[in-house]
Amino acid sequence: MKFAVIVFPGSNCDHDAYYALKNIGFDVEFVWHRNTSSLSNFDGIFIPGGFSYGDYLRTGAIAKFSPVMKSIKEESKKGKIIIGVCNGFQILVESDLLPGSLINNKNIKFLSKQVKLKVKTVNSIFTKNIEKEYLEMPIAHKQGNYIADSDTLQTLKDNDQILFEYDINPNGSMLNIAGITNKKRNILGMMPHPERASNSLLGSEDGNYIFESLIKNYV
Amino acid sequence: MKAKIYIKYKEGILDPQGTVTNKALKSIDIKGIESIGIGKYIEMEFDKNISKGDAKKIAEESCKKMLANPNTETYSYILED
Repeated sequence: MKFAVIVFPGSNCDHDAYYALKNIGFDVEFVWHRNTSSLSNFDGIFIPGGFSYGDYLRTGAIAKFSPVMKSIKEESKKGKIIIGVCNGFQILVESDLLPGSLINNKNIKFLSKQVKLKVKTVNSIFTKNIEKEYLEMPIAHKQGNYIADSDTLQTLKDNDQILFEYDINPNGSMLNIAGITNKKRNILGMMPHPERASNSLLGSEDGNYIFESLIKNYV
Repeated sequence: MKAKIYIKYKEGILDPQGTVTNKALKSIDIKGIESIGIGKYIEMEFDKNISKGDAKKIAEESCKKMLANPNTETYSYILED
């Protein structure tokens, strides 16, 4: 299974993502955001964390118009696996590939710490093989406060689209949402960083559960 | 021709900057303020040959497509010669 790690000006978790995916057994290639060719030769797309375009205007607001996003939208329609972490999640919501918005943390602080996540459902390719009830991994963001209107929140609950919840809400996110999937369940967006929890030297290996679940269940 | 564009959070969207600034103004004894909302102000200068009607279209499209997030923000603008 071959992953594309998308690189924007200002991405800073691209190498972490490359390492974590490679480590699990994926083939991985970096793809520059100005790439206009199709991504159909990849089986998965990873949009990493960082500060694409310096977070100018709003997080993800300019990155969503990068040429590569056109191919990502095309692939998403075909049901391709797409993971957006942190700034990647912000880009996915700005691009309407995932519902809701990510706004300033409740306390306006940039939060950089280890958090405990509840695995809310195993009904997804990203969580299917996770036997643990909780995973630990870091967050590092200022705009991670997930909000959506009440209809969207109800839909997320009804369709079992909330994959990860904060055990202790750090940023004010509605329903303690840390990570969600789309209706088709091929896209994962999450604020915590599984790629930064992929080696015991980094303080946790729990992020690997997500990538292992993916590699085991990918058909 | 210039557009002065104002972007602010929709009612009910958490605006911690506004809340904190309001509290801070109270703390220095400035009274009479009910609430403060902090948003963005953007100045858009148009090409010389752009008519007012076209400027309006450009400002509108820019706000809709990029400058404001329709889920969380509202926008308004004033066109000036």
